[in-house]
Amino acid sequence: MCLAIPGQIIEIATEQPLLARVNVGSVRRNVNIGLLENGEVAPGDWILIHVGFALSKIDEAQAQDQLRMLRAMGEDQLAIEEVRGYSFAEPKGEEDEIRR
Amino acid sequence: MKYVDEFRDPRVISRVAREIARTVDPARRYRVMEVCGGHTHSIYRHGLRDVLPENIELIHGPGCPVCVLPTGRVDDGLTIADRDDTILTCFGDMMRVPGTKGTPLELKARGADIRMVYSPLDALKLAQQNPRKHVCFFSIGFETTAPSTALTILRAQALGVTNFSVFCNHVTIVPAMRAILDSPDMRIDGFVGPGHVSSITGCRPYEFIARDYGKPVVVSGFEPLDILESILMIVHQLHANEAKVENQYKRIVPWEGNVPALRAMLQVFELRPYFEWRGLGFISQSALAIRAELSAFDAERIFDIPGVRVTDPRGAQCGEVLKGVLKPPQCKLFATECNPEHPVGALMVSSEGACAAYYRYAMRAAVET
Repeated sequence: MCLAIPGQIIEIATEQPLLARVNVGSVRRNVNIGLLENGEVAPGDWILIHVGFALSKIDEAQAQDQLRMLRAMGEDQLAIEEVRGYSFAEPKGEEDEIRR
Repeated sequence: MKYVDEFRDPRVISRVAREIARTVDPARRYRVMEVCGGHTHSIYRHGLRDVLPENIELIHGPGCPVCVLPTGRVDDGLTIADRDDTILTCFGDMMRVPGTKGTPLELKARGADIRMVYSPLDALKLAQQNPRKHVCFFSIGFETTAPSTALTILRAQALGVTNFSVFCNHVTIVPAMRAILDSPDMRIDGFVGPGHVSSITGCRPYEFIARDYGKPVVVSGFEPLDILESILMIVHQLHANEAKVENQYKRIVPWEGNVPALRAMLQVFELRPYFEWRGLGFISQSALAIRAELSAFDAERIFDIPGVRVTDPRGAQCGEVLKGVLKPPQCKLFATECNPEHPVGALMVSSEGACAAYYRYAMRAAVET
């Protein structure tokens, strides 16, 4: 429930400034960055993600730490599954229906 | 990443465990509550109970969102899915929480339109995709999750979406800790404070626990070493007759919390006068409701919610386990009628629930030894 997933920002969406494209492992999804201060993050930065939102900016060492923590808790697959499941604001042309 | 590996290196762990064993007073009992379900999960998964001295008792706290949600609220929320013109959405954990008529998953199998989402923003998107339906998000969670719901509601307002609402069940951790401290049958010597919740709230909200109740609070990370270090910090405070809030999880938790997230919560939510918690009863000012100015997004104002109160299933002792009065295996239904495949009570549903964690890890260990 309180999964916090580390991801790296690839770019800030130009069409919607509160969205960042993020890499989590091999999965690329959009994440909302509205819970961070304006301009707090930029491409290359690492963030902790929870239910589609960036909770906090972290550094790379913390990101690795968090990833290993998820592995230690047996929750790394769950985390990837969650991020893969974010379907809001997919890049154009990649919209996929939420599964029924 | 050497720094990181240290958190689970068995040698480092046993070194800290030995230090705890050396430090504790054998004539004394230490009752430490880990507030957060994530800590409960980690404690069982890594067998930390077994490396701690006998006289340190770990009591599992109320920090598991699905566990503390009373059955009446589950039933209330599920009435929204009774209608033909609605789609009810919730997180995966919630899909398996039993209501009186079944879990959301079972109701879905019987034809109700209930869908799992990973983010409240997915529920909002579903509303945009289904303009002829009303999409309601059954929101649960502590301060870690509440800001995300808040921003989703603000986004719905900004987009002018009129077929989206939230059935709000967000709760706040501090009033629950106060209720536990005020409860006559609970004697807690110190708290391992929640990790991710504190990344939003910061450490200040716990200061009254040290000041007014004289109990140490150490905000902790989730690695085995984090938890052991936090316990050691609590023991040191107790021995020094000190009570203060310390932050063991500085790498993630800023002392002042996440200001934009707190701002979003303040903008969208107000405190309910009281809210029912499973096992803890009604706690005043312990939960969030959507502010009147955003009532267009409040499922409790849009729908006729019955407001039922339901006692726990016969024989299930979720309340006692939640209060730490009983250990999971002391419940009459544990591992017989109630198991992770067929949970009778919510504590068996979530990996953060004490019963599910005990079932998955401690039982297996008991069988293996």
